[in-house]
Amino acid sequence: MDIQLVGMTVLWLFLYGYLIVASIDFGAGFFAYYCKMKKQDHLVNHLISRYLSPVWEVTNVFLVFFFVGLVGFFPDTAYYYGTALLIPGSIALVLLSIRGSFYAFANYGSKENKVYLFLYGVSGLFIPASFSTVLTISEGGFIEKRGEEIIFFADRLFKSPYSWSVVFLAIVSVLFISAAFLTYYADRANDEQAREILRKYALFWSPPTIIASLLVFAGLREHNIAHFEKMLMYWWVFGFSFICFLVASSLIYQRKRYGTAFVFVMLQFFFAFFGYGASHLPYILDPYVTIYSAYTNETMGIALVIVFIAGLLLLIPSLVLLMRLFLFDADYVKGKK
Amino acid sequence: MELDSVVLARMLTTLTLAFHIIFATIGVGVPILISIAEYIGIKRNDPHYLLLARRWTRGFVVTVAVGVVTGTCIGLQLSLLWPSFMKIAGQVISLPLFMETFAFFFEAIFLGIYLYTWDRFKKPIYHWLLSIPIIIGSSASAFFITTVNAFMNTPQGFTLENGAIAAIDPITAMFNPATPSKVFHVLTSSYVSSAFILAMIAAFHILRGKTDEYYKKALKLTMVAGFIFALSTAIAGDLSAKFLAKYQPEKLAAGEWHFETEKGADLLLYGILDENHEVKYALRLPNMLSFLSFNDFNAEVIGLNDFPEDERPPLWIHYMFDIMVTIGVYLVVVSFLYLLFERMKRFNPYHKWLLWAIVAGGPLSLVAIETGWIFAEVGRQPWILRGYMKVAEGATTADHVGEMFLLFLALYIVLAIICTTVLIKMFKNKPAETELEYRFNK
Repeated sequence: MDIQLVGMTVLWLFLYGYLIVASIDFGAGFFAYYCKMKKQDHLVNHLISRYLSPVWEVTNVFLVFFFVGLVGFFPDTAYYYGTALLIPGSIALVLLSIRGSFYAFANYGSKENKVYLFLYGVSGLFIPASFSTVLTISEGGFIEKRGEEIIFFADRLFKSPYSWSVVFLAIVSVLFISAAFLTYYADRANDEQAREILRKYALFWSPPTIIASLLVFAGLREHNIAHFEKMLMYWWVFGFSFICFLVASSLIYQRKRYGTAFVFVMLQFFFAFFGYGASHLPYILDPYVTIYSAYTNETMGIALVIVFIAGLLLLIPSLVLLMRLFLFDADYVKGKK
Repeated sequence: MELDSVVLARMLTTLTLAFHIIFATIGVGVPILISIAEYIGIKRNDPHYLLLARRWTRGFVVTVAVGVVTGTCIGLQLSLLWPSFMKIAGQVISLPLFMETFAFFFEAIFLGIYLYTWDRFKKPIYHWLLSIPIIIGSSASAFFITTVNAFMNTPQGFTLENGAIAAIDPITAMFNPATPSKVFHVLTSSYVSSAFILAMIAAFHILRGKTDEYYKKALKLTMVAGFIFALSTAIAGDLSAKFLAKYQPEKLAAGEWHFETEKGADLLLYGILDENHEVKYALRLPNMLSFLSFNDFNAEVIGLNDFPEDERPPLWIHYMFDIMVTIGVYLVVVSFLYLLFERMKRFNPYHKWLLWAIVAGGPLSLVAIETGWIFAEVGRQPWILRGYMKVAEGATTADHVGEMFLLFLALYIVLAIICTTVLIKMFKNKPAETELEYRFNK
């Protein structure tokens, strides 16, 4: 396998990691706010904050990791996306800043402040929406290179049905992934009341993820037929994704094995995400940037891979420690520690 | 001055960095003090120090959150505002940038663990051990990011032919001539600022009439650390001046208003510069600039006139240099006086004036961080990559940079106000005395 492909796969894996952990995080913030409004917060919110408090900072790193790695491996992306994404990127940054800091303000500072909770809960839903525009732009048609100048057509993006279907999918997925995870977490904590509320959320948001995915397929067909046809070549990957979805949803519906159900939710998104990514290759930005044209020089590529492996050797044991202390420690989850 | 996208991109980058470095400084320095306090607390079995560690940590988390989000902002803004620069330099600096995220990742994981495991271990020393990876992570990320900045000052480890980068050597690029002095200076100045910010809190409480031992122990610990770090910062500053004299003489010359190349150059302190480039009201220390630069009173120091006019940094950076150095000296003197008074029975270390001087040291140390950083950054104007790429060639060509500036300005104002109120409220509602009582049944 080419080193370019290895680099992109690794980065894609990190983006997938971000997709899962950030979805849990963003959705949890929204549910915490929603429950507060419905005055059910005493049932759910302590559970949510027990999970989120030790991990929120780690979530953010996945994202930083992805974009630093992307620019490192493929410096041309900085040039194209950097120029085009000034406005959407800045808005995403502002949302991310509001969310991160108000999480801390609300959780460590003023616990009862509804404004803080509102800002932190609702900004979480807009972030996936604003990030998903990057994926839309990567399909081409929104950026044009004229001479040395990169021009970004914000109005085209705004009017594109494909773009909106991706936004819709992003928001729905966040709520589904998050609810599925929190149901499992509540179940581990033997917190029946919280589990029932969260289970309802998970079931409520499960059909829309499939509807939204179909919309995205339809939208892509209109927008980028070549990519759509390549996706059809990977139909079996998306088939796996759908099967995983069915397994997950039915387990949650039958109130059985919530942990396994969440693993299947992760697999559902894993297949969909990698199917999408594989069919998108070799383009990073259709038609200007491919993983081959944008690749950094050989020396740097190898250095990055070495550092990457060394870094993982450091990170994986640390992450395992974090998860053992807070995720798989039954007493902590139940609130006894 | 016309507000084109180059100027606006510079303004927005300045804004974000100026805001970020306040929290970054605290993020790098405070973990060390937390760790020291917890260690003393465990060794002496002294609840005062344990409580210090806990309370500092609680405030620290809130500042970390703001530091993380503004750090994410500047990380992405590098590509958003300087796409052409990143396209070229990104090929060389991506290694340290990547390593910085690893260090940050490491720190984030252990900070999460540290925060929620205070009472989970049978032996308290296990909990203390968790503070070590936090310190390693935060200082390592400062190290890596500083090597990137050092590279922009003294680029090496590549060749540039017709806008294409070739023959890259990532390690040579990272360990460029500016790296040692810059890293040393950044780390020590973060440590000293953090020590003084925490000392400020303790001194302020004592001034307000709090008498508990807790505050006195906090003041003593932070002042001892402050003195050691202030001295190291002074040494680091001296090394930086020697580095500048050798590798970036135009920065030193502009900062010192040293126009003619000469032997036995004088050091200028303060003063103003009129439109004819005449220095007025300055304090002139004969031959000191030569000594500062090369440890030799008669060494030759290159003057600004030896550089083409369009490659000279602006002359106002002299004021930044003065402010930074003055505050640095102030911090050494204040912490020294406190230690002296504390040792000698004849003086009162809690004298009102001394305490107020310590309180002032907190904000002043941050002013020194800002001015020192402005001196270093503006001092390499007009270059973004000294000798290779000018700032104007690296900036974005996109429109609406101005609107984005206002957007971020509003964001930072809101964050600054709310962060401050949250921090004050957190500690006002729960004074140390009550917390000591309920936590340790003292």
